[in-house]
Amino acid sequence: MGEITTSLVLAGELVATGDARLASIVTLSLQVSLTATLLACLIGMPLGALLAVGRFPGRHTLIVLFNGLMGLPPVVVGLLVYLLLSRAGPLGQFGLLFTPAAMIIAQTILIVPIVAALARQVIEDAWREYREQLRSLGASRLRAAMTLLWDGRFSLTTAGLAGFGRAIAEVGAVMIVGGNIDGVTRVMTTTIALETSKGDLPLALALGLILIAVVLAVNTAAFMLRQWAEKRWG
Amino acid sequence: MTRLRTFLAVCCTTLLLVATGTQAQERFITVASTTSTEQSGLFGHLLPAFTKASGIKVRVVALGTGQALDMARRGDADVVFVHDQAAEEKFIAEGYGVSRQGVMYNDFVLIGPKTDPAKAIGKDILEGLRRIETARSPFVSRGDKSGTHAAELRYWKAAGVDLEAKKGPWYRDTGSGMGSALNTAASMNAYLLADRGTWLAFKNRGELGIVVQGDTRLFNQYGVILVNPVRHPHVKQADSQKFIDWLVSAAGQKMIADYKIDGEQLFFPNAGR
Repeated sequence: MGEITTSLVLAGELVATGDARLASIVTLSLQVSLTATLLACLIGMPLGALLAVGRFPGRHTLIVLFNGLMGLPPVVVGLLVYLLLSRAGPLGQFGLLFTPAAMIIAQTILIVPIVAALARQVIEDAWREYREQLRSLGASRLRAAMTLLWDGRFSLTTAGLAGFGRAIAEVGAVMIVGGNIDGVTRVMTTTIALETSKGDLPLALALGLILIAVVLAVNTAAFMLRQWAEKRWG
Repeated sequence: MTRLRTFLAVCCTTLLLVATGTQAQERFITVASTTSTEQSGLFGHLLPAFTKASGIKVRVVALGTGQALDMARRGDADVVFVHDQAAEEKFIAEGYGVSRQGVMYNDFVLIGPKTDPAKAIGKDILEGLRRIETARSPFVSRGDKSGTHAAELRYWKAAGVDLEAKKGPWYRDTGSGMGSALNTAASMNAYLLADRGTWLAFKNRGELGIVVQGDTRLFNQYGVILVNPVRHPHVKQADSQKFIDWLVSAAGQKMIADYKIDGEQLFFPNAGR
């Protein structure tokens, strides 16, 4: 119990003194995970909509596949991306390994299935409700998918937030493809892992508390934005 | 639908901005090194001085020695800075490295419960290990092909303990870095082999203390190798050579000797040997 109190105090001090290193680590964490979330939404949401509205062979298999891939182990994604981006790998010439770009790629792959699977569910429910109406207007399936995506944009924020939550919390993938390089690819989760290795458990836990606070802040911002947007355009 | 298009356009622009923001170019080399040099805080002490002198930033990826050498074999590092001479010489013989230079040494220490249930205390590492095996006292092994793991296996062999035959629940193969292995040992009050640097910097010691130290066989030599530019043409040869030259120079060697935790020197420079 004493250690947890120490961590709380430490976390408070780190935030209150505006520790510059901490600030840059938090910024990089947000930069990487928010970019990955944005990319995953751009890929995953249309994919989810097509899975919901489309009728093509193998659709059920794909739905099960994406649901299953929600449990993709980060360390496996990290290893795959590492082998792809390594100098000895097929994309080695771009020199992306151990850069934030590599971390964004890994996290995007990790969370596309989450965004796609959750978006599919949202769109499928809407499709059931508006199918006749859309058909009577003569909308093609593609058009219908786009319309439903736009219509369901507020409900879809949850899919995006679920993806973001997974991205910012994972350590396995960014550790491998980023290398946890001080000042370049060190993010919140890899710092926590490093401090745990050093045996500085109170500092590690304090950083963990700050990470949770950051995730809560992002979710609050998203919630308020949604409220405001719903009032404005909803 | 036009709104959807505007939305997508905004997304793409944001993305481009973020992506270009993270791609700031700077002069740097990538060094594959060990958890002991990173977690003991040596690099945090050493690298700013080198960057100040040369304008070259050093990006360190800290892994076990085996993994660090593998990373360099794939061409993902410019320099390796590790501590397993046999593995380093093999690396060079295979043509992946140019030449090896000794930089510094520290020593391994046998860590164990202060109560020392196996009565392993003393100055003889081999005798200490034999007693741990006889008493079947819990022992935590790195088990990750790191330099420390390689050294541990060498000591067991020299002590005449056939691990494959004697391994039991008392021998815990953790497959983890030095710090994680220390955390494990602290929580189960087990013995383990550690490098002195990480031990001195380690904070969560629990009931552990040094059991065996000062045996000349516990000597732990660190070497630095330039990755072969013939094999991997993208290796930043000139800047990497500058880093290696600086490490073995009088200035670099002095910086290494100056690094202390609680007044205790962690690494002893011995370039040229």
